[in-house]
Amino acid sequence: MITAARNYIRFLLRCSRIAFVGDWRYYAWMGILTLFCLVGLNAYCKQFAYGLVTTGMSDEVSWGVYIANFTFLVGVAAAAVMMVIPVYIYDNEELHDLVIFGELLAVAAIFMCLAFVTVDLGRPDRFWHLLPGIGQLNFPSSMLSWDVLVLNGYLLLNVHICGYLLYTRYQGRKPAKWFYIPFVFIAIFWAISIHTVTAFLYVGLGGRPFWNAAIVGPRFLASAFTAGPALIILALQVIRRVTSYFISDKALLTLRSIVQVSMIINVFLLMCEVFKEFYSGNLHVISSKYLYFGLHGYHALVPWIWTAITFNLTAMVLLLLPVSRSLRWLNVSCCLAIVGIWIEKGMGLVIPGFIPTPLGAVIEYFPSLNESLICFGIWAFGMLCYTIFLRMAVPILQGKLLKSNEDEAGALGVICK
Amino acid sequence: MSTPENQPNGEPETPGMSRRSFLRNSAVFATGLAAMAASLRPLFETTDFPSSEQFLQKYYKELNPEEMQKVLTRIEGEVERQYGIRPHVRDYKPMDGVEYVYCLNLTRCIGCRKCVHACVAENNQSRDPEIQYIRVLRMPHGSLDIEKAEHNYAPEQVPEKGYFYMPVQCQQCHNPPCVKVCPVHATWQETDGITVVDYNWCIGCRYCEAACPYWARRFNFTKPSIPKDRINPEMSYLGNRPRMKGVMEKCHFCIQRTRAGRYPACLEVCPAGARKFGNILDPESEVSRILKTKRVFIQLKEEMGTSPRFFYYFDV
Repeated sequence: MITAARNYIRFLLRCSRIAFVGDWRYYAWMGILTLFCLVGLNAYCKQFAYGLVTTGMSDEVSWGVYIANFTFLVGVAAAAVMMVIPVYIYDNEELHDLVIFGELLAVAAIFMCLAFVTVDLGRPDRFWHLLPGIGQLNFPSSMLSWDVLVLNGYLLLNVHICGYLLYTRYQGRKPAKWFYIPFVFIAIFWAISIHTVTAFLYVGLGGRPFWNAAIVGPRFLASAFTAGPALIILALQVIRRVTSYFISDKALLTLRSIVQVSMIINVFLLMCEVFKEFYSGNLHVISSKYLYFGLHGYHALVPWIWTAITFNLTAMVLLLLPVSRSLRWLNVSCCLAIVGIWIEKGMGLVIPGFIPTPLGAVIEYFPSLNESLICFGIWAFGMLCYTIFLRMAVPILQGKLLKSNEDEAGALGVICK
Repeated sequence: MSTPENQPNGEPETPGMSRRSFLRNSAVFATGLAAMAASLRPLFETTDFPSSEQFLQKYYKELNPEEMQKVLTRIEGEVERQYGIRPHVRDYKPMDGVEYVYCLNLTRCIGCRKCVHACVAENNQSRDPEIQYIRVLRMPHGSLDIEKAEHNYAPEQVPEKGYFYMPVQCQQCHNPPCVKVCPVHATWQETDGITVVDYNWCIGCRYCEAACPYWARRFNFTKPSIPKDRINPEMSYLGNRPRMKGVMEKCHFCIQRTRAGRYPACLEVCPAGARKFGNILDPESEVSRILKTKRVFIQLKEEMGTSPRFFYYFDV
């Protein structure tokens, strides 16, 4: 028992040490990310000192880019499941060894989600009021309490699965199926639940007709399953380039077909929503009018949403054409899809829900500089986490970081190559 | 660059670390610490860092009478330190057999906004930034469509021809969406129908503000400021005591007045007699009589199913 604990601590130590070792590109990348993190931290300290007045939010538009990014990133986290399903349900060979990269991305995305909700709190010092048992978590009535539980649960599930698989690989033994397969299947349903619950956060508000629509949930899932795997396609290519880890083109093309189908569904659901809003022409269309065409001379979101729609449609057409079998065009369509969905699921979903206010006033929202710096900081923090995870996972998966070579002096030097 | 020397900390696994790499690693470490300290600097500008009593204060409903008394005394001290005036902070409880209802006569309201300012004065609302619980809407004749409301009307004289005025504040719903969505039970409905906020429990997520169909909630985006000579020293825990940065507040039917048997400030100041308030459980009360005898009265956004305790009626 004690030996096992000591071995595990040794594994953790070696993993954390390797995160500090790399070539000059690695240091440059980590240095830049750390810089952004610190600038973001500085901006957050200002917000902590002076309050949310440092953001662009107001009583009229009381949620902004923090919650927008949060919403988008929950989708990214949920999308790891789109690699898990082919591997564990359809026994897809190409993706088998890659699924862990998707799960690690989910962990990093959840870190970012938790950071984004924390910076959105007016009283972060009272976070303990949310802890079940100690605080007063309003479960099951409040959808936000559901979100707290499902997000943290999803984090634990993924940390367990990734951690266990990597540790057994490190030890050079076969993972015990009963100790992770059940969790993989729970995580599949859990992934869908985190994004559904996040959608219900909005859908449940009867006073906001823009959100109070059944289609919001399905649209969340469709867009998440487009943007998430698109992000993974790009991430895998970066991994392939900067490490000697082998990733086949076939695996990327398998992910392409997932992005393809999800994008078609996503655009279809968008059309359904636009039709329902504008054809019937009742009074509740007013937020959509603001979003797509502007209202009483206010049209801050109009260029954004049309950019998003153009990007999404272009990405869909590219993905449908055989041209996107070439990696260059596939990457273009993935980038378009990610940016398009980030706009549409973030700002395009959160802000119009507040405009006009329930009393009919039109007050626009623009993120402040300080608020934007915090967002960049959190994104940098997420990328920093993901880089560190990969820095640890890749040598383990390649069999270079093993229990058997823990005593070899200079083992780290070999691993870095 | 892939030698073991690159480790920033001298772990035993790195045999024979050179003097040069030790110096370099120390320099990197020191720079990192300095950068960290520099980015944390704005924290020193915080003027309202929570005390340990504030940080650890229990939830309102879990405080026993002695603990409540301690909290009230502490708050009196806090207010005195900040505003130089010793207030009288009480925890008014709801009365048995009382359920408050508000009735507002749309025929009479002239849109003078006296209620808005009386409310600010009574309830120690922040003057900078300005927080107001009541929003008076100017509506064109013949429409109750709230999209047509004008918020910033500023004529020489009210009332204006062709318009009527509709003040909106917390509707004290029977089914309050704000209470349902609060993740920490920081806002709830009391037995007399008033929805209150425990300012010391709210985490400031603003979900209630998004949920309210009447735009009745206000958030303290920064530390509220009230001129010292404008403080109303008669305070209640769930009502008009000064709020802190980062918490939600709202109309509470002037809990410190109404639970002591007085009228809300907005009613007392109304020059048109448009505002009526009372106990709906008392069949002889003015509000009971209005709801029994008036031919038309409405609840705002009735289709929401929130069932407000705030009624608008007409003299017909």
